[in-house]
Amino acid sequence: MTFINTFATRVFYAIILLMAVLVLNFSLMHMAPGDVADTIAQSMGGADKEVLDAIRTDYGLDQPFLVQLGRYMGNVAQFDLGHSFFFNQPVTQLILERLPATLLLVISAQLLALFVGVVLGVYSARKPNGIVSHFVTFFALFGYSAPVFWTGILLLISFSLMIPILPVAGMRDVTIEGNFWVHFIDVARHLVLPMITLASIFLALYSRLSRATMMETLGSDYVRTAKAKGLSERQVVYKHALKNSLSPVITLAGLQFSAVVSGAVLVETVFSWPGLGTLAFQSIIARDTPTILGILFFSALVVIVGNLLTDLALRLVDPRVGGKG
Amino acid sequence: MTTPLLKVENLRIELTTRDGVAPVIDDLSFELGQNENISFVGESGCGKSMTALAIMGLLPEKIGRIASGSILFDGEDLTKASPARLRAIRGNEISMIFQEPMTSLNPVYTVGEQIAEVIREHQGLGRKAAWDMAADLLDAVRIPNARGRVSDYPFQMSGGQRQRVMIAMALACQPKILIADEPTTALDVTVQAQIFDLLRDLRKDTGTSIIMITHDMGAVAEMAERMIVMYAGRGAEIGPVEQIIEHARHPYTKGLTSCVPHIVSQLTEDRARLTEVPGIVPGLKDFGKNMCLFASRCNHRTEECLSARPPMKPFENGQIAACWHAEDV
Ligand SMILES: Nc1ncnc2c1ncn2[C@@H]1O[C@H](COP(=O)(O)OP(=O)(O)OP(=O)(O)O)[C@@H](O)[C@H]1O
Ligand SMILES: [Mg+2]
Repeated sequence: MTFINTFATRVFYAIILLMAVLVLNFSLMHMAPGDVADTIAQSMGGADKEVLDAIRTDYGLDQPFLVQLGRYMGNVAQFDLGHSFFFNQPVTQLILERLPATLLLVISAQLLALFVGVVLGVYSARKPNGIVSHFVTFFALFGYSAPVFWTGILLLISFSLMIPILPVAGMRDVTIEGNFWVHFIDVARHLVLPMITLASIFLALYSRLSRATMMETLGSDYVRTAKAKGLSERQVVYKHALKNSLSPVITLAGLQFSAVVSGAVLVETVFSWPGLGTLAFQSIIARDTPTILGILFFSALVVIVGNLLTDLALRLVDPRVGGKG
Repeated sequence: MTTPLLKVENLRIELTTRDGVAPVIDDLSFELGQNENISFVGESGCGKSMTALAIMGLLPEKIGRIASGSILFDGEDLTKASPARLRAIRGNEISMIFQEPMTSLNPVYTVGEQIAEVIREHQGLGRKAAWDMAADLLDAVRIPNARGRVSDYPFQMSGGQRQRVMIAMALACQPKILIADEPTTALDVTVQAQIFDLLRDLRKDTGTSIIMITHDMGAVAEMAERMIVMYAGRGAEIGPVEQIIEHARHPYTKGLTSCVPHIVSQLTEDRARLTEVPGIVPGLKDFGKNMCLFASRCNHRTEECLSARPPMKPFENGQIAACWHAEDV
């Protein structure tokens, strides 16, 4: 019961936060020079002042700021993010078409980074002077200091030139036909490089943190108790130590989630991955205000949902978080 | 006494520290009989926990090692046993309760699971049977409403209750030896008395031999048949508790016990603690020296004490003391 209550509270705050994000985004875009009328005029090949004013009246752009804001919020509440003049599509539809690609990339990269990071961390914690341990330290430094787009381009070049077995652009091959599994494998093959690129930065962070927490946990009293019970090395490490080391790593993953989403924008651009990132890039270049606002809104939504999920995951591994008692 | 259950002979444990290798335990020998309770006393840092960990085969990895000597359990030398064999013994035939009840239980598993786990491991019981047994054990260590509390997490329990859980866990497989390393140090006084009562009653019921490490002379007097006084990694005096309290043969033991006039008191009354002997314990790097390490604090000191390590001198009444002047003390 308490669990449902705290969760409801979290959702309530998340909604408030989202509204704040909306207001902030809208205000910022409003302050920026240029508006929808300019974009429409541009796509018509230029227009004079009367036409521009007419367009502004049509779209309510001549109304006071607060009225515009109120109307925008009202529309968003009904899942209407406006119309993109550049793509000539409702923004909601545009975003929903691209969202799955971004989610796929972000979630798979995050899971890969977490999984490999924890495995490396655990391994090097058990052998702190071993080769893997040194590799983790070095790799962490490297992965953290190398910018994403650089890693991306590096991977892109090496794969397209040296081992051209994996596709380096797009999400699917349109020439491929077949059943679900054929398409599944096609998408998976396209996913590999962008996923590795995005995962590599966070992988370094996670492996370092899990190495540190794991070393601490392995020296703890309850691990000694587990050994004193006569449990096998495997049970001591993976049952008793690992579960305790996961909380900090999951917390970090939650905090990093927004960074992963923004990293995805760069990775998508490098690999022409048809997600929100490339859409953001295109709409910024085209000054497509409704689309930009819509993407900002959805990114905030994704990050907030990600944080809620992190909270849930933490409850699963650590009974002291929130639960009973 | 018939053949001892546990026989530690000339045990030497070396710790590798920044200052080099030092013997934390230097030539220690003692025996533990069937259904006997033997107590270790001595100041902090004299190697009591190290001795216990060595018996468990749990010396800190890469730091501590058994350099020589043997630990014979039922005739089997544990210092030569394989890791798999040691795992089969640990928690099953020899188990241990630690000094720190607050941190010795895993915070992310229920106490029931932590007790049931050891039963499944060693007795091969199924999940359900092991869980039921865990509840029975909680009841046996006198946790009220045991059935309801098996699924509690350690953070939902007090220090005393956690130590009871540790005891339940240690006794789950009816071990032949229970090592209790200062089981009450971290607990408040009334709870200390309850834990000692519990241990005493459980011992009566199960016949488990106990190695009890404690600073509580009242508990030693009440519960143990024999005691071992340790000083700086060496056995200073060994013998039956009553005799040692009545007439200590080692000046250090005398210092420990002399200021406690009403040692043999009821467990629930004011607890008599080990008194401080003036002076300081030598540092770890001095542990190996060929002299009496207590000499600097001793008023019986002579040239002899500084030039050679005193041998263990046996007396007719079973007392053994490592002092050049044991006869005169
Ligand atoms: N992990 C370790 N690394 C280095 N030295 C250690 C380590 N553990 C213990 N020691 C040293 O070994 C010596 C014996 O320690 P031990 O824990 O056996 O003492 P103790 O008699 O149990 O003391 P206490 O009454 O405080 O529990 C101490 O001098 C301590 O400093
Ligand atoms: Mg100790």
